[in-house]
Amino acid sequence: MTAFLLKRLLIGLATLVVASLVVFTVMEILPGDAAMLMLGMNASPAALDALREQMGLNQPVIMRYLNWMAGLAVGDFGRSFTYSSPVIDLIAERAVVSLPLALMALVMSTAIAIPVGLFAAARRGKTADAVAMGAAQIGVAVPNFWFALLLVYVFAVWLRWVPAGGFPGWSAGLWPGLKALILPSVALALPQAAILARVTRSAMLEVLGEDYIRTARAKGMPRRIVLWRHALRNAMIPVLTILGLQFAFLLAGTIIIENVFYLPGLGRLVFQAITQRDLIVVEGVVILLVASVIVVNLLVDLAYALVDPRLRIRA
Amino acid sequence: MSVRESGQEAGILRQAFASRSFLTGFVITAVIAAMALMSYLWTPFDVTVLIIADRMQTPSAVHWFGTDHFGRDILSMIMVGARNSIAVALVAVGIGMGIGIPLGCWAAARGGVADEVLMRFNDLVFAFPALLSAVMITAVFGPGAINAIIAIGIFNVPVFARVARAGALALWPREYILAARASGKGKALITIEHILPNIASMLLVQGTIQFALGILAEASLSYLGLGAQPPMPSWGRMLFDAQTRMMVAPYLAIFPGMAIVITVLGLNLLGDGLRDILDPKLRRER
Repeated sequence: MTAFLLKRLLIGLATLVVASLVVFTVMEILPGDAAMLMLGMNASPAALDALREQMGLNQPVIMRYLNWMAGLAVGDFGRSFTYSSPVIDLIAERAVVSLPLALMALVMSTAIAIPVGLFAAARRGKTADAVAMGAAQIGVAVPNFWFALLLVYVFAVWLRWVPAGGFPGWSAGLWPGLKALILPSVALALPQAAILARVTRSAMLEVLGEDYIRTARAKGMPRRIVLWRHALRNAMIPVLTILGLQFAFLLAGTIIIENVFYLPGLGRLVFQAITQRDLIVVEGVVILLVASVIVVNLLVDLAYALVDPRLRIRA
Repeated sequence: MSVRESGQEAGILRQAFASRSFLTGFVITAVIAAMALMSYLWTPFDVTVLIIADRMQTPSAVHWFGTDHFGRDILSMIMVGARNSIAVALVAVGIGMGIGIPLGCWAAARGGVADEVLMRFNDLVFAFPALLSAVMITAVFGPGAINAIIAIGIFNVPVFARVARAGALALWPREYILAARASGKGKALITIEHILPNIASMLLVQGTIQFALGILAEASLSYLGLGAQPPMPSWGRMLFDAQTRMMVAPYLAIFPGMAIVITVLGLNLLGDGLRDILDPKLRRER
């Protein structure tokens, strides 16, 4: 087991290094450098050179990459040109919006999907199953930003229960902050819940066909307990895999959902930074998001072992 | 000469008509495709002509789905937008299949280091949230339909590589493959003659799913302003334009959104139906 996790950890680290190379290279391809952007099109060559020297842009590519990486390792993500503040501060400031948003969406989608998937599997072939899976089929097809627009229309424009967009900041209190995140997280969660419900159902059906389930039923164990205790636990592996993958989707989904709701989160930060060519911000946020995807996938691997003792013994 | 493992050819057509999800999906997909094709010849109104006098009309007998802020007919825009969505998603699937399938087959045939490298490459691509990278790619090369295709296509590569590899790996130890090898055929020839025909159905099903995902991804990118550029209508862009006018004209957001949902739903049903028909092993689960 330790060997397995160690291998995954090494692969994760290697992936992160290659990913940083990819991000850095992509940003190198972009036309125009930071000095040019700061001084504008009409800057004199002398001023440009001076600024490049000052910012270290004159160094060879390899040195700049290594400097950037060394900075990342100690939490120094560089300085944003447009916000003229450290990137790490910008990220911290925005993460307090995006992280709760992604977490709320993840919790919501799991809380809906697992019971629905379980319920559908238990009533396989019956009307309830057909209705649940029909709804899931539609849920998978709904683009989250369109669903977000509909939610805004119904709950913000029409019913006026929640704000249509914007974020008051946590300093305004917990409830106003949460209230601003409700619609965005629902919009993020629904399509994910639909996928997860389908996966849960098919994983459950697979497990329900196993001999030990029949044995448990035959010895008189109530159906409900067999479902929740025996079957669900064994069906968790594919469900966990999808949950891990969904975290990446949720993170990326914040780019679009934060744009719909004008939320000052990481997604909006990176989107704006790209349009403003604030490369150092883009690099920092992207590498952080990639790192968190890798970490979550490692945690999923770890969770496999916790859920399934067979994996612990085998490895 | 190739050996086919799944399904009798004669029975497939009969099963296709018996599968409700295949039929529904097929009809929906056919209607959307027909709509897109028809838009080349005829649309109710010309989407390149702006008639400001007719702007923001609610749905009526003349303009079934209403008109936008430039007085363009929404139905016509949806028809023209369909060909953009379909073209982007279709070519992106083509890129994924064209690169991913050979890679996957190659990894399965070679095994060892080649296989390991491919799997690590997959890990790498999967570590980048797809939408994030698509935003980065379109930002670097500039927004537009072509760059949206490339951005979406790149993420299809590891998907098809993975499916092809898994399918091929399961086939290599089979007896008829061993027989082919014993008769002196090379790995490339075996892959083309025996492996590919037997994983084709799997790849077709995956292709349908990726097609649907591509439609969604294109809509997301064009909503963010990174897909097809105006004046070319696209479903995502129409939703972006509708957003600020939701208060006065909610219908602007309803119809393009419905177009996306129906298209994706149709493709997903088609994929599910195809899987039922082509892969009898999976059918018992449903």
